[in-house]
Amino acid sequence: MSAASLKVNGRAYNVDVDPACPLLYVLRDNLGLNNPRFGCGLGQCGACTVLVNNRAVRSCQLNVANAAGKEIVTLEGLETNGKPHPVQAAFIAEQTFQCGYCLNGWVMTAKALLDQNPSPSDAEMRSAFESLVCRCGSHVGIFAAVRRASQPAKRSA
Amino acid sequence: MAPKTAVSRREFVKDAGGLLIGFSLADSTVLPRVLAAASPETIVVPPPSRLDAWLRIDKEGVIHVFTGKPEIGMGVGTAYAQIVAEELDVPLERVVLVMGDTASTANQGGVGGSTSIMLGAKPLRNAAANARYLLTQIASRRLGVSAGELEVQDGIVRVKGDTSKSVSYAELASGGDFNEVLKVSGDGFSLDVAGPGKPKDPSAYTIVGKPAARVDLPPKILGHFQYVTDVRVPGMLHGRVIRPSGVGAAFVSVDESSAKAIPGFVKTVVKGNFVGVVARNEWAAVQAAKALKVAWTEPRKAFPEQQDLYAYMRSATPKASKETLKRGDVAAALSNAAKKLEASYEFPFQSHATMGPGCAVADVHKDGITTVWSGGQKPHDLQRGFAELLSVSVDTVRVVWVEDAGSYGRPGFEDAAADAVLLSEAVERPVRVQWMRDDMTAWGTKGPAVLCDLAAALDAQGEPTAVQFVSRAFSGGEIMFRPNSAGNFLGAQLAGIRNTTGVDEFAQWGLESAPYAFPSVLATAHVISAFADEASPMRTTHLRDPEGPATSFAVESFMDEMAAAANVDPIDFRLKRLDEPRAKAVLTAAAQKAGWNARPSPQKAARAADVATGRGIGLSTRNGTYVGTVAEVEVDRNTGAVRVTRFVCAHDCGLIINPEALRTTIEANLIQSLGRSLKEETTFDRANVTSVDWITYPVVRAPDVPDRVEIVLINHPEIPPTGAGEPSSRAIAAAIANAIFDATGARVRQVPLTSARVKAALDALPSA
Repeated sequence: MSAASLKVNGRAYNVDVDPACPLLYVLRDNLGLNNPRFGCGLGQCGACTVLVNNRAVRSCQLNVANAAGKEIVTLEGLETNGKPHPVQAAFIAEQTFQCGYCLNGWVMTAKALLDQNPSPSDAEMRSAFESLVCRCGSHVGIFAAVRRASQPAKRSA
Repeated sequence: MAPKTAVSRREFVKDAGGLLIGFSLADSTVLPRVLAAASPETIVVPPPSRLDAWLRIDKEGVIHVFTGKPEIGMGVGTAYAQIVAEELDVPLERVVLVMGDTASTANQGGVGGSTSIMLGAKPLRNAAANARYLLTQIASRRLGVSAGELEVQDGIVRVKGDTSKSVSYAELASGGDFNEVLKVSGDGFSLDVAGPGKPKDPSAYTIVGKPAARVDLPPKILGHFQYVTDVRVPGMLHGRVIRPSGVGAAFVSVDESSAKAIPGFVKTVVKGNFVGVVARNEWAAVQAAKALKVAWTEPRKAFPEQQDLYAYMRSATPKASKETLKRGDVAAALSNAAKKLEASYEFPFQSHATMGPGCAVADVHKDGITTVWSGGQKPHDLQRGFAELLSVSVDTVRVVWVEDAGSYGRPGFEDAAADAVLLSEAVERPVRVQWMRDDMTAWGTKGPAVLCDLAAALDAQGEPTAVQFVSRAFSGGEIMFRPNSAGNFLGAQLAGIRNTTGVDEFAQWGLESAPYAFPSVLATAHVISAFADEASPMRTTHLRDPEGPATSFAVESFMDEMAAAANVDPIDFRLKRLDEPRAKAVLTAAAQKAGWNARPSPQKAARAADVATGRGIGLSTRNGTYVGTVAEVEVDRNTGAVRVTRFVCAHDCGLIINPEALRTTIEANLIQSLGRSLKEETTFDRANVTSVDWITYPVVRAPDVPDRVEIVLINHPEIPPTGAGEPSSRAIAAAIANAIFDATGARVRQVPLTSARVKAALDALPSA
């Protein structure tokens, strides 16, 4: 056990954990941030995705020691003053998802994608999402939400 | 352990106020007063004959609805709220649901078979209609006018044409007790109630049939939702399980030394071949399970080589057989036929592979109330199963359903919960178990493999005069979809309790396929024994539409093969053999929307192109729902790779409650089925399942998703609603296989339709 200093959703935390513990368990079990979800623990599905310095990262594959000192954002941190992030608003408007267990990965990856590339092509979007799983098959609504949240100018080009 | 209190059953009943004498609409108690903190000796739930078993109205006029049906991700909860709001004439937002808590909801059999609207909504609709009737009666006395002169708007009862005279539901509900008792019929899925209040005529609907935003989605997307994985209770420990080294392997010994060194390690639990670890935190439990050195006896070679599966199924002596349809003399027709057409279709074992591996929290008190938080589809059955597992009475077990990942049947959430029960019993503390990915994909239950042989007698014009259907399937009920016995659970089987409730489920012509008429038909179904009697990673149970996708793949593919033999358009061929207008209508609607150009398959396009395109149709019917789906594909002739570019699905499930949630449910079923059709196959060696993760058990991914998915909803307000979800899954593999045939002339008869299999079928084509 040793202390790790984490910055999550703008707040500083000190946790006393095994430095080899994946960030996922620390977020969920120590900080009570439940939206990064355990799907496989193998980096194959994306349900545990968080943003680390604005990049989508699998928190099941990142040791807490390596996350220390970095800017971590979880789904809980996307709202501003109770107002949904535009990406969240787009998913709500499209009524995307069946069970929603995977949605953390899709919403966080969509945010990282759109931050980097505000008007992704269909191929760019599919490629960014290739490593995510939605077992229920809600992909049609996911794509529609990303199109809704992306900037229109280049999209129609 | 929580202190056992001295509250007697009598005191509890008294404390519960009007719960058991008459009923009070004003009782706003959402949960019964049986929480663990004040454990009574037993849990008393109001019987379904009482209106307040279904519905209560609080002081603010909020309608609290109690249902034994959980939400498993398709928006059923929103549809229920619409139905209740419709009957009571209140805004949708004013209805809140309590779902699947055995301490406060009636046993409606849980979720299954896409029946939650068709059957499960009935008692809610009737209870709401009776509440409205009673409230209107009271309002009539209160306002001094006949009930016929009253109307209801937004939960306010008022005199028609006189806005000064009105009274709210909330005021009426606080007025006192009512002694009316509802008449109860059926049980489980068919549980229903009736009384003097009759539901509205569908022509008067203003809420049902209109798109309604799903109530659960905003909290999920905003991150405020609590899944069962997020349940934490005071004093909770974390458990993980360690499975045998293969089927039939018996526990020999355990070396705890390396696990014990992990900070937070609490205990190893061994019960027969059930092995688990308990730790103070989740990461410690994960590490301890990995570090524990367990010695097992050599596993049994209980499974055939994977490549021999269908040969094994063909040669195995069936454990049960039945003739499901016999019309005319098929044997004579086949021996006198001008031409015979024969084909065999193979459908593999598939895994539920739920997005979240099974998770549950159990707090076992063998001398008090045991509480289990689980996302299993059938909480009331789980309550019975866990009571038997613990040898305690059913009314001392409370199962609180909390939503888990989508379950698609009986995936193993039930088994994970039983693991939590066994571990909590052993350590006398609440224990949370979440399975690891391989626990879920490898050791979770499987959908059964099915082999179908079809034969047709054709006349000189190529028209079929007789069809013979023979299926050989593992039973979809080897593990009963109802987890109401101890032997149903994997952990219990490992601990030595036998599974005695399995049933033979057959893959049947006519039941799992569209009702085509042929002059003569002979349909026979065989069930093959499970590979193993003991706990096995290949045990089979319900996976989304148990035998339907396999049977439908065979029948709908063979329909195309017969159409091709007769040189007739595949849709025309089907229409000619259907009487049911709704079945014909979905085919016609899908064809029209898809711009289907009627002609025989395969198409006569230039063979030279590297990428061939084609279209195929699949018809499915299920418990009164009709679905016609067109698939359009691109086939790479060099590699055999198939890409579905478009689905057009026409869907008729009678009265539509929520078109928006229905559309997204159909879309998801189409896409999930696309993965099942092209990719999913449980792999195994002689003693183990070797599909253990998302690489070894591939499912649909973003690049696979068609460019266009179009849904045509056909609404029949005059026909009571039937199921959605499974019906649209059923014929997808066939629609795709038929499209591959249309594109290339190559027929693939084994699911999944992998590029290797397509390439092999292409290579086998006679050269042009």
